[in-house]
Amino acid sequence: MIKLTINGKSQQFDGDPEMPLLWLLRDELNLKGTKFGCGMGLCGACTIHINGEPARSCVTKASDVAGKSITTIEGISTDGSHPVQVAWAAVDVPQCGYCQAGQMMTACALLKQTPKPTDAQIDSAMAGNLCRCGTYIRIRAAIHQAAEMSNTRTVARPNAEVAR
Amino acid sequence: MNMNRRFFLRASAVAGGGFMLALCPKSELDAQGFPGGEQALLPKDFISIAPDGTATIVAKNQELGQGALNLLPMMIAEELDVDWKAVRIVRSGVGPQYGGQITGGSSATPSNWEPMRRIGAAARQMMIAAAAQTWGVPAEECSTASGVVHHPASNRSLGYGELAPKAAAMPVPAFASLRMKDAKDYKIIGKSTAGAETREILTGKPIFGIDVTLPGMLYAVFEKTPVLGGKVVSANLDVVKAMKGVRHAFVVEGIPMASNYPNYLFDGPGFEAGVAIVADSWWAAQSARRKLEVKWDSGKWATQDSDANARKADELAQKPAGRGLRKEGDAEAAFRRDDVKVLEARYEFPFIAHATMEPQNCTAHYKDGKMEIWSTSQFPAPGRTAVARLLGMAEADVSLHMVRAGGGFGRRAYNDSMLEAAWISKTVGAPVKLVWSREDDMRHDYYRCGGFQFFKAAVDRSGKLVAWKDHFVAYGEGNAFVHDGGFNAGEFPAGYVENLLVEASTMPLGLKTGALRAPGSNSIAWVMQSFIDEMAHAAGKDPMEFRLDLLKNGVPAAPAAAGSRPQPRGLNPARMAAVIQLAAEKSGWGKRKLPAGTALGIAFHFSHGGYFAEVAEVAVSANKKVKVNKVWVAGDIGSHVINPSSAENQVQGAVIDGLSEMMQEITLKEGRVVQSNYHEHPALRMPQAPAIEIHFLKTNNPPTGLGEPALPPILPAVANAVFSAVGERIRTLPMSKQGFSFA
Repeated sequence: MIKLTINGKSQQFDGDPEMPLLWLLRDELNLKGTKFGCGMGLCGACTIHINGEPARSCVTKASDVAGKSITTIEGISTDGSHPVQVAWAAVDVPQCGYCQAGQMMTACALLKQTPKPTDAQIDSAMAGNLCRCGTYIRIRAAIHQAAEMSNTRTVARPNAEVAR
Repeated sequence: MNMNRRFFLRASAVAGGGFMLALCPKSELDAQGFPGGEQALLPKDFISIAPDGTATIVAKNQELGQGALNLLPMMIAEELDVDWKAVRIVRSGVGPQYGGQITGGSSATPSNWEPMRRIGAAARQMMIAAAAQTWGVPAEECSTASGVVHHPASNRSLGYGELAPKAAAMPVPAFASLRMKDAKDYKIIGKSTAGAETREILTGKPIFGIDVTLPGMLYAVFEKTPVLGGKVVSANLDVVKAMKGVRHAFVVEGIPMASNYPNYLFDGPGFEAGVAIVADSWWAAQSARRKLEVKWDSGKWATQDSDANARKADELAQKPAGRGLRKEGDAEAAFRRDDVKVLEARYEFPFIAHATMEPQNCTAHYKDGKMEIWSTSQFPAPGRTAVARLLGMAEADVSLHMVRAGGGFGRRAYNDSMLEAAWISKTVGAPVKLVWSREDDMRHDYYRCGGFQFFKAAVDRSGKLVAWKDHFVAYGEGNAFVHDGGFNAGEFPAGYVENLLVEASTMPLGLKTGALRAPGSNSIAWVMQSFIDEMAHAAGKDPMEFRLDLLKNGVPAAPAAAGSRPQPRGLNPARMAAVIQLAAEKSGWGKRKLPAGTALGIAFHFSHGGYFAEVAEVAVSANKKVKVNKVWVAGDIGSHVINPSSAENQVQGAVIDGLSEMMQEITLKEGRVVQSNYHEHPALRMPQAPAIEIHFLKTNNPPTGLGEPALPPILPAVANAVFSAVGERIRTLPMSKQGFSFA
């Protein structure tokens, strides 16, 4: 029996301890925001936080996270109000959107450690996250905007209206 | 009255009270449809108006990241004359009533620009008719704005929500009576709207194909023959079945292909042999697969090898070509002239994979003789046909749900995973989600076809291109190219050189090939625009000026040979020259002093109705590291850029995607694909992404699509810049074959 905390909630898992955290999240706990891209830690689509540090859930075994605290995209805010999410919306980052949860989780970790990152620091932190649609320029802009927002504690208005 | 020229209204009660007005146009717009055997557009229920005025607009095309969910509803909403914030976008199902639902060829804009706006305009006129009748005033005295009908003379107004039930009873306007907006009054077209599902994406909601979950669903993996057309001789199914969580393991015989090189889009994607493993979780199925041992009969392609294919191509290039594709004047005679400078070059481009971020997957549920499918397909209707055919079912018994795709780039035009999921679900009698591993995805693609181009061309003493010969050594048999591995003999500079000879030879291939973003163009633009650049340098001309001169040199066109690609939709040299000049001007072409090892390169390409010229500034280090500093893009896609934010995203993405293609290759050894995952088939990463400056030239032409045409010019623009920087011409892709890599 593996006990762990996911998005602040205690969870138990008594299945295959070799199961990667990715599939534990997606198929056992129905947290589908974390994505499967490569299964080898090459693309970053599955990025989550383990005790606050970004990690690749596709190459992290369930047994490796016993007793640890996991945060997924579903856990960074309940309503899309995390500065990174607000900035991503304001900049209109996504194309297909499949990699963006992983991108945002890496960006969250970067901003926690480096609240005002330079372009070079952003590039270095984000280099492990692939975006096949090529939204890198907007991701970089959104990270700067999120940094700005976190520092001034104001929320920018999106530059495009969202159809609801 | 001709029923095809009328709109049909349907009012129905909405859950929670009130009426929804649904507008059902029948249109005669066969000619507007996407070519490929589709029905005439017969959509229904594109618009419903709720009592509070909310306009629910149906998006009929698949969303892969290209912005289709917004694009078509924006056209409708504009002419309906509602505020964008009052619009709710919903996905359509799949059916002939929605008209063309194929996603490909950058076709959504050109094929829907007229019909979608007409749907909105017709609905608006019905609202006016309802209001005019209510007030007892002539319709001509009424106007609309923001979902409200106004009668200025009496200062009265009624909202669409109030008018909807009455509008539903109004006579419906014929197409001829539709009054479309003046473009200067557009409030939605030309304004950025954020993606309809952006909020769901950013909060991790389960909206992608891979996220589909059904009650009682099982999970499948499918180990397919590693060599095309291979068969399972035996497999240790008992061992696999004994693994924890495994419910079923069985051999799938597969079905031989109808011909050697079918059109996988419409003839069916093929159904390969393999072993299916179905388990309680995907991880259980994938874990069991590691214990799977299969003895394969690899069949006739077991010894296929990329190096051997390249040698074969060189042999074929030495022989007379298999056939001619296009001939104008006498190129061979021109090469013998003593006043010309002749250059020869061999270009080679590889197979490459689509490698969408979301691996191929599909969920299928067979129950009581009916099949229900959840798919990310770009070609949903042909997929349904293929499923029905494979399983011997009536097409009416196969229903399809379109689910957001994590990237497409053409890969999801091929419905192989749909066939597999349907087969497996029917076999086990339960809902099944089939998810391919990345390795499955990379090794079982419909690859961008590789090829070889052997050029010879001549410039005269004035620097004019006077002869051009191209021997295309391609994959295929006889006169048949493999699917999407052919060549448009009318490709520029054809039509602009007085002596032209285009020929082709073929050699067999045991690999599925298919459309990759800007098919054909993504390889040919690099080849053509690189060799044109070589000729410019041979002529001692500025490469930009040389291109402009060439565009002034139009010669009468000859018809295309049978089996070659369709002719491009008439490249207009004036439109092309204009974007070349714009890209040159914005990049400071010929006006900036650059450090040693840094240079600009230029290229252009016409595809999918779009005109694009791009300039790349690169810095090349002594160890052949190429840093792309900046890219300038100038494009002409007609009179309107419908959603500017999405358009900018598409162009940035196209440039980055094109740069990735300079690093990628898929090779064959012992009949099998060598590359397995992103470490062996890389894509550009953030530190390598250049600054990209985009300029659209608005011209008085109908709007065309943007998913593809910005991609092709970036490869030759960079290769041409590399030549100008260090004097080495990239003639083989991936560029790593010549020692180059991105810094």
